[in-house]
Amino acid sequence: MPDLLIELFSEEIPARMQAGAREALKKLVTDGLVEAGLTYGGAGVFSTPRRLVLALEGLSPASRPVSEERKGPRTDAPQAALDGFLRSTGLSIDQLEKRADKKAEVYFAVVKKPGRPAAEIVAKVLESTIRNFPWPKSMRWGAGSLRWVRPLHSILCILSDESGAGIVPLTVGGIPSGDTTRGHRFMGPEAFTVTSFEDYAAKLRRAKVMLDQAEREEAIAHGAKNLAFAAGLEVVEDRSLLTEIAGLVEWPVPLLGQIPEAFLGLPAEVLQTSMKEHQKFFSARNPKTGRIEGFITVANIETPDDGATILAGNLKVLTARLSDARFFWENDLRVAKTGMAEWAEGLTHVTFQSKLGSQSDRINRIAALAREIAPLVGAEPDQAEHAARLAKLDLRSAMVGEFPELQGVMGRYYALEAGEPEAVANAARDHYSPLGPSDAVPSEPVSVAVALADKLDTLTGFWAIDEKPTGSKDPFALRRAALGVIRLVLGNGVHLDLLNILDNQITPWLLHEHNREIWEQQNYEDQIARYLGISREFLDETMRKTGRIRNSETHPEEFREIFSTINWGEIDLFSKQSRDLLAFFHDRLKVFLKDQGIRHDVIDACLAMPGSDDITLLVKRATALSDTLKTEDGKNLIQGYKRANNILTQAEAKDGVEYSFGPDPKLAETDQERALFTALDQAEAKIAPAMKEEDFATAMQAMSKLRAPIDAFFDTVQINAENPIIRRNRLNLLHRIREICSGTADLTKIEG
Amino acid sequence: MAQGSTAGSTTPQSFQEIILRLQNYWADKGCAILQPYDMEVGAGTFHPATTLRSLGTKPWAAAYVQPSRRPTDGRYGENPNRLQHYYQYQVIIKPSPANLQELYLGSLKAIGIDLGLHDIRFVEDDWESPTLGAWGLGWEVWCDGMEVSQFTYFQQVGGHDCKPVSGELTYGLERLAMYVMNVGHVMDMPFNSPDAPIPLTYGDIFRQTEEEYSRHNFDGATTGMLFRHFEDAEAECQRLLDFPALDPKTGKTIIMAHPAYDQTIKASHLFNLLDARGVISVTERQAYIGRVRALAKKCADAFRQTEAGRDAAEPDAVPA
Repeated sequence: MPDLLIELFSEEIPARMQAGAREALKKLVTDGLVEAGLTYGGAGVFSTPRRLVLALEGLSPASRPVSEERKGPRTDAPQAALDGFLRSTGLSIDQLEKRADKKAEVYFAVVKKPGRPAAEIVAKVLESTIRNFPWPKSMRWGAGSLRWVRPLHSILCILSDESGAGIVPLTVGGIPSGDTTRGHRFMGPEAFTVTSFEDYAAKLRRAKVMLDQAEREEAIAHGAKNLAFAAGLEVVEDRSLLTEIAGLVEWPVPLLGQIPEAFLGLPAEVLQTSMKEHQKFFSARNPKTGRIEGFITVANIETPDDGATILAGNLKVLTARLSDARFFWENDLRVAKTGMAEWAEGLTHVTFQSKLGSQSDRINRIAALAREIAPLVGAEPDQAEHAARLAKLDLRSAMVGEFPELQGVMGRYYALEAGEPEAVANAARDHYSPLGPSDAVPSEPVSVAVALADKLDTLTGFWAIDEKPTGSKDPFALRRAALGVIRLVLGNGVHLDLLNILDNQITPWLLHEHNREIWEQQNYEDQIARYLGISREFLDETMRKTGRIRNSETHPEEFREIFSTINWGEIDLFSKQSRDLLAFFHDRLKVFLKDQGIRHDVIDACLAMPGSDDITLLVKRATALSDTLKTEDGKNLIQGYKRANNILTQAEAKDGVEYSFGPDPKLAETDQERALFTALDQAEAKIAPAMKEEDFATAMQAMSKLRAPIDAFFDTVQINAENPIIRRNRLNLLHRIREICSGTADLTKIEG
Repeated sequence: MAQGSTAGSTTPQSFQEIILRLQNYWADKGCAILQPYDMEVGAGTFHPATTLRSLGTKPWAAAYVQPSRRPTDGRYGENPNRLQHYYQYQVIIKPSPANLQELYLGSLKAIGIDLGLHDIRFVEDDWESPTLGAWGLGWEVWCDGMEVSQFTYFQQVGGHDCKPVSGELTYGLERLAMYVMNVGHVMDMPFNSPDAPIPLTYGDIFRQTEEEYSRHNFDGATTGMLFRHFEDAEAECQRLLDFPALDPKTGKTIIMAHPAYDQTIKASHLFNLLDARGVISVTERQAYIGRVRALAKKCADAFRQTEAGRDAAEPDAVPA
């Protein structure tokens, strides 16, 4: 069984593309070989900045011969049909077989395809792989038309077994395959021949190339750690930087340098970000002081002066970069000391989104909302509003201009410099959080208020202008914002009347300048009704009900004014957008809870209950129900409930009455019936106070205790008794079951 | 590359020595050494020897110094690294030779960078010029963490696919020279030999002009006039291209692609000045860039109709 080695040697492949390229090379080649009838034992795939390598073990030497049968026309078919069949199979008539088929005799063509040697298949598959390689961005070079990520220089492709190695002949874009490659650009530039993967890897190592990305990562991590340790420092781990650097070097040589004293006063985040973004340095921290005092750069070469020149050069570049950073920092601190008014002014000229106004408009909205939310999260309204007004001012700072990823982090430093209390400063840093599903959720009340207000403003704004996420497109990260709200609310046990808040934010947009065209039209009431998702009649009715009389003379401006004074939430009229946005929240919540093992039907059962826009309440309910359903009693109770409900519903439909008068225990005839009365009384005594406390767990536990008496009742008692008084009493008893159980959730929505 | 090392190894003593060594090196490698384009441009790429000549199939190899102006980068001569007027060294070869990376590394050696002692890296950096409607793939080249050059394989210029592809090298001369000669502030860098009878630093020559132009770019230039000149350049570019190709006086086909392109360069520089004056809003910015790009595209279209820009394979390009 031969082994296959492929190396595609090119100019420097961007580091970020290498992982994807390794996967693609492996998949395209192995899929192609298997499809052509070859098998292989194991596959290894590697990359360096200049090469993409695939090694396959135990490839079959040739594909199996296959024989393919095709049924043709009947032997008595017209000549034209036979000619067509011969043409399509490429056979002559004497090569066809005649076989009996049902009633007639039919021609059969048996096409035998001999097995093809592996080399032939590999050549075809590799050529197609190179020509169809899924680079995120590819290019042409010189006078050729082949596309690759950067100019492709050589193709090494050999099959080797005990008897030796042979080149698989192919030519792509004028590049013939061979069995030679080169080592490190500076430390091993001579070409050499290879006979197998082992030979290749060993020779490459001698020519100062570490083939395996994982090995280079390990060498960098290990080397950096040792260097830092020897200097009394520790490396700040950065997984993505490590991967990137390992994709930039063939022979990693970590070097440690000290950050000049003059820059040690810069915030750690600034040092780290500047060194990472501009120079791809790791940061080294002094564990005693917690300060970033050193850096580790990874060179791609061993030098006679042990990297002294390289380190000196890097230090020089670092000094220039950090001088800039210090300049920004000092200037920003000066503005911060004076209260950041300069930045606040500046944000009036920065557009947030063309229809949603300036950053300054946005901040005003967030501040008002933060004030409103503050009491609900235990924050002081004045302080929450103030914090919201400061939270985004760092967007105008020079440092955030240079490093946008430091937004918030810098805001905290500048707020402290301005003499703001810790809680306000922390809100500047934390109000963007949580950013991802695993990002920590802020818990300080002021931070929570501003973080919620920020996200809710973004969501309601984009909903109002109809810029919602579609499919995979979510350019404003609205899904993330909604999940952020959900996690903030749940993480802090906050009760929000979400629908009311959403509507109070969205409806004013209708009065906004960018909706002026609605108001300027002849039939503006129709437009408004459509915007709100209600009928024109309902709108007129609402205007009348709220005492705002209009007639045909009412000027649009006047109407606009009247309209703006209505508290739509108060009259339970929520706009279409608000309801739609709430549904979006519910969808995100379902995804979130599903990850926590709560089924969608459980959530639906709880969504059907009143107050389902209070996410904290909803999740409490859903969690309790989900837990109940995991118990044997809980599962069976649902069956009992459904049975009771079905019988009752049918009887009510048939009799045309509602059996809600309350059953009389005196009319109970059997022990089981009496036991059910007692059980319901006991359950109710527990459930009612628990529900008041929103202690759904206790309520549902009490409820699931009903399982045995309900089962026993159904087993022994005939509901439709001959005596109509007894029957009515029993139906009224079923109604009590329904009443007690449906207070927690709509159990009819539970599946199974 | 052994023969390329002759000029290398010793450290240059002055800014001009670095330029001279690059000129000699690329002349040695067969490039036509051109002179700077005699107009205000933002980068060496604007020289028609690069923009226009990268179009069409005719082989081309040129190298030149290009004084470049970026009005917004003015710092009154105080910033150690930033200038509103600086020099780029530009190499353009079509089709890009297979050994372009080695040729480039040879040029570093020629200016005194010991490749066995430094860490040279090709770091992904794709180039795009929205004003020229051009883009390419390549790298920024790092020497010990310092970006010393831009290395690009042109894929499209003026909206036209580059076939064949040109390889473009751009050296930021001041930064590179400061690094090679270990100078901390650009104004302290020796321009001619420190041993010359009259030694001159970069600052002796440019400190005053940096001051003057910084004031001019940020506060002095008359914006109304600049806006007007922009409109004029735009109109003139269009007018020149609208001429019928046949010149009645000579009876020849003469398409005025280069004179029209001069107007594009002018419009681009005027836009840069207006930008520095802070009178172009964020939304207008895109519109102005789009207008310059439209001109660049039209010039590229016109150049493709000329002798120098035509594809050799086109039947009408074959002499009758």
